[in-house]
Amino acid sequence: MLKPPKSLELDTHYCPGCGHGIIHRIVAEVVEELGIKKKTVAATSVGCSVVAYDYWDFDCCESAHGRALAVATAIKRCRPDLVVFTYQGDGDLASIGLSETIHSANRGENLTCIFVNNACYGMTGGQMAPTTLIDQKTATTPFGRKPELGDGWPVNICSILSLLEGVGFVARGSLFNPKEVLRTKQYIKRAFVNQLENKRFSIVEVLSPCPTVWNLSPIEALKFIENQMQKIFPIGIIKE
Amino acid sequence: MKKILLAGNEAMAEAAILAGCYFYAGYPITPQNELINHLAKRMREENRVFIQAESELAAINMVMGASSLGFRAMTSSSSPGISLKQEGISYMAGCQLPAVIINAVRGGPGLGNIASSQSDYFQATRGGGHGDYFTVVLAPYSVQEAFNFVILAFDLADYYRNPVIVLADAIIAQMAEPVVFFKKGSFNKKIPPKNWALGRKDGIKKIVKSFFLKEGDLEKHNNILKKKWDKIRKNEQRYDTYRLDDAEYLIISYGSQARISQEAVDILRDKNIKVGLFRPVSLWPFPERFLKNISKKIKKFLVVEQSLGQMVEDVKLVLQTNDIYFLGKAGGGIPKASEIINFIKKI
Repeated sequence: MLKPPKSLELDTHYCPGCGHGIIHRIVAEVVEELGIKKKTVAATSVGCSVVAYDYWDFDCCESAHGRALAVATAIKRCRPDLVVFTYQGDGDLASIGLSETIHSANRGENLTCIFVNNACYGMTGGQMAPTTLIDQKTATTPFGRKPELGDGWPVNICSILSLLEGVGFVARGSLFNPKEVLRTKQYIKRAFVNQLENKRFSIVEVLSPCPTVWNLSPIEALKFIENQMQKIFPIGIIKE
Repeated sequence: MKKILLAGNEAMAEAAILAGCYFYAGYPITPQNELINHLAKRMREENRVFIQAESELAAINMVMGASSLGFRAMTSSSSPGISLKQEGISYMAGCQLPAVIINAVRGGPGLGNIASSQSDYFQATRGGGHGDYFTVVLAPYSVQEAFNFVILAFDLADYYRNPVIVLADAIIAQMAEPVVFFKKGSFNKKIPPKNWALGRKDGIKKIVKSFFLKEGDLEKHNNILKKKWDKIRKNEQRYDTYRLDDAEYLIISYGSQARISQEAVDILRDKNIKVGLFRPVSLWPFPERFLKNISKKIKKFLVVEQSLGQMVEDVKLVLQTNDIYFLGKAGGGIPKASEIINFIKKI
């Protein structure tokens, strides 16, 4: 049970305590458990997980920042026999790619979308993301995110998408303890199974630690998820 | 052969069907709307994939997704929309993905207007997006050529694994002319199998990417691409000429403007003025070999464009002289045959 999946390269470039390694592994495990490795294609992201294609042992297509769901839409429409998913961060999916997110969901594209929310732009040095919490300090909110300064409020993607007819499954998981990691895996597996059963657009948001940008130890980062992030972004199944 | 009366946009849409285009995504913009409208019906009739995208950005990135699987894919737009598509065109050039992009050029800059123009020449022939790359650019001067060049564009794109632009100005896109349907284009090289494509089920993991972070890797990739541009420059220079024998004056025009310049040539020839027309068909690669070869016999060169002077810079580069006359109008202005004749008479 603890053996790593064959579809995963273990030597990643991520910072200590980063959640990407865990989510990469969950995806690889699910793909293997469902026996879909040879027909899985990922449309990858721009951000910390930009080279996810080096770690997964299945076909991947690079996508421009925010455009993964457009790329994935065409792949799935041309080849409905393939299992297609995107793996995107909060800047990618909720900011620059929000249009692609809303419209691919609204068209009811039969896709699986893994949305990694770490409340910041990790790769570029920790700027404010659409999901950054109120008062959270980032490189571009040095005094904390302040709605009164025009920084806006944290965007709740799951709530927005759950309103759309084209969306079949919405869930939010968290990596703050092993139990929730396992629950997150169940959500992700469900999002893949839904695609195999043609149940329209499925999205799983994962609250994921970024100790480096948050300036916290890996343990403190997990506590930040439990005590701060989960209050704004409640975990569980939102639509099914 | 049977001829069918079609508008340029419809002809290009039908050519895409005939060329085996399996995926089309587009966004409405004048003056290319007949193209997306036509394909909305025809692609579905043919059981192929049509998507009205939420934006030009989404449309071009959808084309990238379809192309990554090895399917023939196309999008179309007009100038402001093509500006938005540059991101995806750059990515596809970097990823070595084939695609056909039709630009029914309108007046600019900004929102400009919806009249015919040739002011996207720089954008089309210099890559257009970020990074060191080129796209093949074909400029039709009739509806028949618009049809033929879409078929040719798919072949060129597949052969070189690179985006190809069909630069049709608004006049070509909108006017109707009789068209003969050809299945086989003028490209006769054998297109290699797309072993690079994703989703092949051959058990070998494949990645489509343009990202090379390790020191030296991107430079190596850029040099691989450069070899391709050099090969295209050598092999794919296309042009046409009109009444060139014994010409002392040479008019250089492309696209719809070449039709008007051709009329000026006929009128001037009737007056025993020795004038001919050189018409670049591939704007990139610019047909420099032929132009260089004939240049010694020519006394005076006149470039006529529906712009304030874009192709004229390539002519100056090729002929290594600034001694080139230019007549151009922008913003929907079209140099008339009478204006060309008066200009030639003055020089």
